[in-house]
Amino acid sequence: MAEVVLFRNRDLPGYTGSLADYERQEGYTALRSMFTQYPPAEVIEIVKRSNLRGRGGAGFPTGMKWSFLPKERTITYLCCNADESEPGTFKDRELMTVDPHQMIEGIVMASYAIGAHAAYIYIRGEFAAEAVIVERAIQDAYKAGYLGRNILGSGFDLELTLHRGAGAYICGEETALLESIEGKRGLPRSKPPFPATHGLYGKPTVINNVETLASLPHILRRGAEWYLSIGSPPKSPGTRIFSVSGHVKRPGNYEVPMGITFRKLIFGLAGGMKSDRPLKAFIPGGASASFFTPDHLDIKMDFDEVAKAGSMLGSGGVTVMDDSVCMVWAAVNLLRFFHHESCGKCTPCREGSNWLLRVLRRIEHGQGRLADLELLPQVCGNIAGRTVCAFGDAETAPVISTLRHFRAEYEAHITRKECVMGHANRALNTGTAGDSAAHPISFAGH
Amino acid sequence: MRTDKTADKTETPNNGSSRRPAGLSEAARLELVETAKRYPIKRSAVLHGLRLVQEEAGFVTEAGMREVAALLEMTPHEVYDVATFYTLFHLRPKGEYLIQVCRTLPCALGGAESLLSHLEQRLGIREGQTTPDGKFTLVTVECLAACGKAPVMQVNDEYHEAVTTEQVDRLIEQWRKTPLEQDAGPTDRTPAKGARRG
Repeated sequence: MAEVVLFRNRDLPGYTGSLADYERQEGYTALRSMFTQYPPAEVIEIVKRSNLRGRGGAGFPTGMKWSFLPKERTITYLCCNADESEPGTFKDRELMTVDPHQMIEGIVMASYAIGAHAAYIYIRGEFAAEAVIVERAIQDAYKAGYLGRNILGSGFDLELTLHRGAGAYICGEETALLESIEGKRGLPRSKPPFPATHGLYGKPTVINNVETLASLPHILRRGAEWYLSIGSPPKSPGTRIFSVSGHVKRPGNYEVPMGITFRKLIFGLAGGMKSDRPLKAFIPGGASASFFTPDHLDIKMDFDEVAKAGSMLGSGGVTVMDDSVCMVWAAVNLLRFFHHESCGKCTPCREGSNWLLRVLRRIEHGQGRLADLELLPQVCGNIAGRTVCAFGDAETAPVISTLRHFRAEYEAHITRKECVMGHANRALNTGTAGDSAAHPISFAGH
Repeated sequence: MRTDKTADKTETPNNGSSRRPAGLSEAARLELVETAKRYPIKRSAVLHGLRLVQEEAGFVTEAGMREVAALLEMTPHEVYDVATFYTLFHLRPKGEYLIQVCRTLPCALGGAESLLSHLEQRLGIREGQTTPDGKFTLVTVECLAACGKAPVMQVNDEYHEAVTTEQVDRLIEQWRKTPLEQDAGPTDRTPAKGARRG
């Protein structure tokens, strides 16, 4: 059985995630030895050598991200991105509730490495119960001397604040997150400048995901070489938590070494297809990732292999669909999500998501035309790469990939009014989940 | 956690009700001032301020926004600008129990649609509506990050995962019988000076 790192305490009998429990499992010992053994530059070196890559979605090497900070700087901030919102992803929520101190220990380590004396955890607003758990852990860490002034006698100070969001997917985008902490609408910033030089309050800032930070205590305790020995080195080392949802027997979070196949995750760990219907499609890395088909099951789950196959490992959210699912319906569902969550800053994204949704909806309801199958990629082409953040690219992924893999299904809706879910004959204004009232459809101008 | 204390449960804000929503309690004002000290600029506490307003008044009132603005050295319309961006802030009164059904793909695969129609049937309202007694508001929301246990709904702050229709029926019965402790909170609410809703 492969090594479990981040969830090593999760299944211990009676483990509560309290400070006492965490300390009993060697919690904060790596922090203590870090202060005595390594100067900050050495910590950055170790993390660079370990090739830890960001677990939020982009997979950017963490040590390299840290080293983009300008040499001359007075104030530096660290932000922990706990705004978990990518559909299909629910790992950070479990990491924070099962073992909040693991994340806090990682935050202190990262702050020490980059010289930050103030850090913020940006947690999504809906996570009310989780916020209570994390806040409690922060208070306990302060009392025990792991946060605050002169941590463990090292002379290093760190103030850690839990900052609750208030409902906005876009705040997971790092510059939108910064805007939100600054007390504004969460609109992504135009880059450059990047947060490394002009971040929170205009100061050099690093933003790291919960899982990335939670990996640090293990890397510092056991060394970069150990980390490189698991997973899919050299480019995708370590373990990663994949959230499996949809039509599988055992949905949930699975921590596995990077580089196992999707087949092993879906048909092994997650128990295979629920109700034993055949697999039709799966999303390999959250709603922003392109759909895969059963042909992609043997692709290795590492950053580069998945990218090579035309999708992305993204946030690690794997959503599985059986043959009862209409791919046009699935695309409509996700485009409704993207349309709802578009922050509105960039015209191509704001208007484009609306048009994609409208055209997809009319196809779903049997009112599309064949020319729509050319129109959709054309609209996508005017969105992707033309916005200040990656949201624009993300919203085109479900459209382009379902069209690529399931074009015949789109055509069946249009020419024969055929739909596996029977939607092609359903009146357009009685759409799914009562959402039609919010988006009255009119094609007068088109 | 604080619980929602609904000061004004009417569906229509312009019904001439004499009960005007209040601003912040003294305790909440102090809490907001303390929270703002955690940041280099006071404005960073605006989400917290709006949350406090909503927790005490049941929704984000104009009086509350003005008060948050004054405490954080913002203009009222800067606060309004923020309040209208984030989906958790409600600028109109809502039911005592805000039932939020997740409808994004993983939950949709796990029966979100039938959960929603069951709720609509049981409550006798459609999505987006509030029951005439002001008890329940039913809405749909996007991904709540609990996709492993679909379908999911969040009721006020609390998550309910892998919910079955039987569970929903039990919960609704329970909620019908037990009102949230109304007006049990701080009694020192300021009169809603600036409140001109509707």
